[in-house]
Amino acid sequence: MRPISARIVEIVQETPTVRSLRFDRSLGPVPGQYLMVWVRGIDEVPMSFSYRDGITVQLVGEATRAIFDLEVGGSLGLRGPLGNGFTLSGERILLVGGGVGAAPLALLGEAAAEAGIEVTTLLASRCCDDLLFLKRFERIGEVVITTDDGSLGICGRASAGLSALQLQEFDQIYLCGPEPMMADVIGRCAGMETKIQASIDRYFKCGMGICGSCSLDPSGIRVCVEGPVFRADRLAGTEFGRYRRGASGIKLLRDG
Amino acid sequence: MASLSGEVGGIRMESPVMLAAGILGTTGASLRRAALAGAGAVVTKSVGVAPREGHRGPTVVQVEGGLLNAMGLPNPSYRNFQEEIDIGRGGGAPVVASIFGAGAEEFVEVATGLDADGFELNLSCPHAERLGAEIGCEACNVEAITRAVKEEVNVPVWVKLTPNVADVVGLGLAAERGGADGVVAINTLRAMAIDVESGMPILGNRFGGLSGPAIKPVAVRCVYDLASALEIPVIGVGGIASWEDAAEMMMAGARGVQVGTALGMVEGYGVFRSIAAGLSAYLDRKGIGMEELVGLARRAR
Repeated sequence: MRPISARIVEIVQETPTVRSLRFDRSLGPVPGQYLMVWVRGIDEVPMSFSYRDGITVQLVGEATRAIFDLEVGGSLGLRGPLGNGFTLSGERILLVGGGVGAAPLALLGEAAAEAGIEVTTLLASRCCDDLLFLKRFERIGEVVITTDDGSLGICGRASAGLSALQLQEFDQIYLCGPEPMMADVIGRCAGMETKIQASIDRYFKCGMGICGSCSLDPSGIRVCVEGPVFRADRLAGTEFGRYRRGASGIKLLRDG
Repeated sequence: MASLSGEVGGIRMESPVMLAAGILGTTGASLRRAALAGAGAVVTKSVGVAPREGHRGPTVVQVEGGLLNAMGLPNPSYRNFQEEIDIGRGGGAPVVASIFGAGAEEFVEVATGLDADGFELNLSCPHAERLGAEIGCEACNVEAITRAVKEEVNVPVWVKLTPNVADVVGLGLAAERGGADGVVAINTLRAMAIDVESGMPILGNRFGGLSGPAIKPVAVRCVYDLASALEIPVIGVGGIASWEDAAEMMMAGARGVQVGTALGMVEGYGVFRSIAAGLSAYLDRKGIGMEELVGLARRAR
């Protein structure tokens, strides 16, 4: 598909470094699907849907800086929805979101609550100012908060919040956030891998399964079309949690 | 079932249906997966002397009848690529390294720095400055680079030709004079798409290369012309997504075919087996072998 031009109708500053943009159209995504966002003249980058008609952007580089420079009335080119999103299942679910990774989980949680599923959220961030979509998560169920600096909730990483929860009570656990966090959570939920769905992040160029830049070792799973959401047992034994590749294809050691 | 195995451009393969360069060949795992999915050989993403991140996005856009891409030759350099080739070989099919350079010296440096089952010289990428087609549209460059690489390696060398010239046969003959074991035709057609909302070219590089069904008739014509003029085998690529496409390309004279865009647009990795199965069934139905299929259109009157 060619990029569809979407006009920005609302901009919300969510945290000091995170901003949501709502568009004049919905692309009808399944929560967890992504879109390629073309910032004209700058670059095209993959983003999760945080609303059916919106994205939530963290300021990290040139393309996101250009997105931050846009105002209401401005426009972006959108290709999507792309990839495979989360599958809702069970009666009680746990969402585990770290940093801006909470974005697609908010959309998922709202869809779950609408379907009558009981939602609990473990929301993790560096400090209380960086907690994303706390009100959205509180509206749909219980929220456990962790902050690295202890400024709100449990002091520590997401894993510190796991001990406050009875994991066996959940039919499904959904993860999105920094890879070390997700790998850590999966590692602490041994034996539950088939009940965990994680949205993972890799460098994409095409978004349609042909450039190969997002293929996972050792099986060659294409994150852009077979993911970005995977069941945790499918990630076992892959490069996930150990390394990733940059734009040239060179391996980069695990960050964080 | 009719056998599809044989030698293509000096390389023995179980099926003449290969993975094309630049598609899913960035990592060893993706090469291995293509081989396990039935590709007769796999061609890597093009690698050069230094790491490149490629062009800014968008790098791909879907257009009428195919895809337009300007990846910009992203690659980790040959110094970081041998491991990927070795992993790719684990799929059981020959791994052909697609290589590029700014001139004969760089091509030789990359070729001698890699251990592969063959090399495909990228003299045809249409969207990289001072690389690919920018040097590959001159017959003298094609001949000199082919000769330089052939003198230094002891595995088959194929030359991938650009269709963005008036005389593709002239380039094919130059490759043959340089000692190539085969030519691969065609690379993408130089093309462009513009966003009508903003008036901006969509690709980050402004222009790129068109692939997919839209270019198949051009590829068939190039293969037909090349196979008519060359002694060395021709490998057909451009818009092949079905066994009928492959049969048509082979009737034009292709000894083997490569599949690229169809992996994204049709059925993914399953395309290798479906083309091979269709070709085999077709040969059975017609009661002919591969050798009779190749070049049939040039013999038919």
